[in-house]
Amino acid sequence: MKLLTLFLSFAKVGVMTFGGGYAMIPILEREIVERQGWASSEELMDYYAVGQCTPGVIAVNTATFIGYKVAGYPGGVVATLGVVFPSVVIISIIAGILTNFAELPAVKSAFTAIRVCVCVLIFNAVLKLWKGAVKDKAGLVLFLIVFVLSLFFDISPVVFVVLCAVSGLVLTKTGVRGK
Amino acid sequence: MILIRLFWEFFKTGLFAVGGGMATLPFLYDMSARTGWFTEAKLADMIAVSESTPGPIGINMATYVGFETAGVPGAVIATLGLVCPSIIIILMIARVLKQFRDSKTVDAVFYGLRPCSIALIAAAGLLVARITFLNMDALAGGFVLLNLFRWKEVLLAAVLLVMTRAVRPLKKLHPIVFIALSALVGILAGF
Repeated sequence: MKLLTLFLSFAKVGVMTFGGGYAMIPILEREIVERQGWASSEELMDYYAVGQCTPGVIAVNTATFIGYKVAGYPGGVVATLGVVFPSVVIISIIAGILTNFAELPAVKSAFTAIRVCVCVLIFNAVLKLWKGAVKDKAGLVLFLIVFVLSLFFDISPVVFVVLCAVSGLVLTKTGVRGK
Repeated sequence: MILIRLFWEFFKTGLFAVGGGMATLPFLYDMSARTGWFTEAKLADMIAVSESTPGPIGINMATYVGFETAGVPGAVIATLGLVCPSIIIILMIARVLKQFRDSKTVDAVFYGLRPCSIALIAAAGLLVARITFLNMDALAGGFVLLNLFRWKEVLLAAVLLVMTRAVRPLKKLHPIVFIALSALVGILAGF
């Protein structure tokens, strides 16, 4: 019964979240903290902070945390399935429709212009992330190295992620960090 | 088996994409180049649809790629692949949450990971920008700088940049508003 409530609550959060990330906080606050009382606001912020610095989508990480707290391991799994369920249904329908209409001239024109908007949105996202991510000279150097290499060479992002994790450790231990 | 490959590709993405939905973009870009499952232009369309439909953007993109590649089973498998590493990692951390938050090692690792994550997003964004703003065919018939840019697109980008960054009441609006506006401009101005 608890698992069903978990699934439905997180499916609701999934439906009401547009864009993910920070857009999700007020919705989680209302559903998880106020309505269900599964976690306090402070706990939610903790989960959120950890969710941001672990791999994967933040919404999923937060759902897994809360699900685990409410109903152990099965809870973590069920809450996650709940939060992704609406996406799978809605996107499958839209993708199916778009595939059928993709050749219409109006649809083509619309998406050509939308692509411009997507570039602007990515640019804005990078600017927003920049403040929290690049805090000193060593960070700037890491940024530049990864940026240039990934732009001009065909290297898997996995390689950069692993090397930068190691660099973070080494730079901190050797005291280069913060200069 | 396409479904097994889909699962594996998205499992890797879920394991290594740090910092939320947009962080999956460089991995999807890499996937498009290696597998040919979808084109770069299609990837930009998928971002637009993912931003303007309910659900976390990272999940929406995985579902969309999965659907494009192998229909509804693909959509389900790609999404499960993406969330699998998260579930495993978070369930391991959940028991030692406090130690994890206070760990100096974790902090050091993420000190290196954050600049990496945003550099990857920026580079992938620039590659999307290249196909959006540049006329690569124009170079074939002799180099004319004026023909290299798609001016309508550049103009629209300038307007959107001003609206999303400089005009106060507009800045706060949800991205979906700007996506809808762009679609309308695209249809009316015949992009």
